[in-house]
Amino acid sequence: MLYRLEPRGERSLFWAYGSPVLAILLTILTMMLIFAALGAPPVKGVETFLIAPVSTLSGLSSLLVRAAPLVMIGAGLALCYRANVWNIGGDGQFIMGALAGGGAALALPNAAFWWAYPLVAALGILGGMGWAGLVAWLRLKFNANEILTSLMLVYIAQLILVWLVTGPWRDPAGFGFPQSAMFGPGVTTPSFGGTTIHLGCVLAPLLALALWQVLGRSVLGFQLRVIGQAPRAARFAGFSNARLTWFALLMSGGLAGLAGFFEVTGPIGQLTATITPGYGFTAVIVAFLGRLHPVGVIFAGLLLALSYLGGDAAQINLNLPNAVTGIFQGVLLFYLLGADVLILHRLRRARPAPEAAA
Amino acid sequence: MSAAYITSFAISIVAASTPLLLAASGELVAEKSGVLNLGVEGMMLVGAIAGFATAHQTGSALLGIGAAALAGVALAMIFAALSLSLLANQVACGLALTIFGKGFAALLGAGYVGIAGPVLHPIALPLLSRIPLLGPVLFNQNILIYFSFVMVALIAWFLNRTHAGLILRAIGDNHDAAHAMGYPVIRIRYAAVAFGGAMAGIAGAYLSLFYSPLWSQDLTAGRGWIALALVVFSTWRPVWLLVGAYLFGGITFLALYLQGMGFSVPSPLISALPYAATVVVLVLISRDARRIRLNQPACLGKYFHAIA
Repeated sequence: MLYRLEPRGERSLFWAYGSPVLAILLTILTMMLIFAALGAPPVKGVETFLIAPVSTLSGLSSLLVRAAPLVMIGAGLALCYRANVWNIGGDGQFIMGALAGGGAALALPNAAFWWAYPLVAALGILGGMGWAGLVAWLRLKFNANEILTSLMLVYIAQLILVWLVTGPWRDPAGFGFPQSAMFGPGVTTPSFGGTTIHLGCVLAPLLALALWQVLGRSVLGFQLRVIGQAPRAARFAGFSNARLTWFALLMSGGLAGLAGFFEVTGPIGQLTATITPGYGFTAVIVAFLGRLHPVGVIFAGLLLALSYLGGDAAQINLNLPNAVTGIFQGVLLFYLLGADVLILHRLRRARPAPEAAA
Repeated sequence: MSAAYITSFAISIVAASTPLLLAASGELVAEKSGVLNLGVEGMMLVGAIAGFATAHQTGSALLGIGAAALAGVALAMIFAALSLSLLANQVACGLALTIFGKGFAALLGAGYVGIAGPVLHPIALPLLSRIPLLGPVLFNQNILIYFSFVMVALIAWFLNRTHAGLILRAIGDNHDAAHAMGYPVIRIRYAAVAFGGAMAGIAGAYLSLFYSPLWSQDLTAGRGWIALALVVFSTWRPVWLLVGAYLFGGITFLALYLQGMGFSVPSPLISALPYAATVVVLVLISRDARRIRLNQPACLGKYFHAIA
């Protein structure tokens, strides 16, 4: 081995913020290679994938619409990962929020009272919280691994969604398509100025910032950081692991549920069999790329939202499969995780070690 | 119920259990060495398309299996490089592998959706396959089904009866001590992860060359994750892996059977049965925290960095 890793003995602030930049640059270079391998001109490919989608006003508003769920779920996941709670079921919590809020909205098609919308939104939050709460309960009461339970609950939520939109909640006037009726105007998420930008796009960054305040200034936020970084110290300090697990999962579930509620009552306008292209999984990347920090999550959410738009653009303009979105996301996370080694270690040229030098 | 029915049920259960058994037995070896690779689902998907595409191009299902194993190893090596050499968090690397694998498989498979490819045919073992009831179930199957049984036996023997297996377990339980004794911790973990990748890739090829037998974007439908749960269920013992895989194969078959019977429960809810069962089984096995602690490799998921 020519180089070896040497512990720095402290966190490098430079690399904590430099590693996402390095990862993004390496990802763009890799995407150029992939475009070339697929027979598309590399530079034009990157331009189509990352720049063209946001060069128009309507493109920018689509970006915000795509980023809203990613930022909301990602902020919640960042909270969980800080507490060493590996919630990867954001997609399931998103779907359950959409079902709880959307189901209530279907029951109130002609709602004209002002509190109808807050009511259905609250139910959306509760839907996501309930699904994440199940994960917390199974982990704390039965010691069940939250990675596997939260993931299994994604599949179950998706199948419940399919059942409802093909069965009890199917629109009788919908020609048998797997979708519900459209939501009434009183329970629809408002959008602004003739664009697709809706209330959720505005609330997502605000909620992320609010979360930052909660984490940065409250005792609970402090306990959360301690439990994540030094679980033993947290135990000796008497911090309740159970309470923090509940807190992290309920917060992230609630945020994901709200995101699901916005998505179906806003851009989609009804419940359909596919309401998420895997936002809950992409949000895992958002959380890591955003350095598990709410402000970072906002920027990371925008970049990964762009990867969805880029995939669509590459499909239309370059005739490439839109799976390039998944490649971009996976490669980005690979490089990020790899580059993060530089936060705690430095590369040193290895000297040929003399025998038994220890 | 006639004997022919029972035989055909049993054949369906074996068919549904095998991919879980293949993927889980590979992961078991990786976890025994102390590495938690959550990328099984991604490796299975890439194995499935690599196997299908190779079999389609060459006309040979066997070459397809080989290609699937190699593709699984290639993906596993990305994981190993990140988590073992660059000391990245294993949970995050595994997730990244699954996200990347899904995208990569979809990209490779874009031209193969909905077309037929070569299929693995059953190989009847002479004499044995003529045993009534049991013969057709156990001895008139395709090569991967035999392979899955052989591998479980081999892994059990390797881990419990060989010196190399002892070293692998030692590394999983205490990598610092193993390192101090002069064993190459990282190199052996690379090998264990590669083996896990090959088995996951082969499990994918089983789905695309026999079980479906077609390529579709979400071919694995969470089987990689169920395989991970099975390793916990088995409390890291190969023989119990066999029991777990067949339990789940049985549940999957039951779900299909109920759907076929036109049962009054809506079919999406029946399809949710294996996933719900996974949660239930995890709960039942994990509630005894001491049993998990006693059996789980002590260094599972922890990173190792020797300061030379």
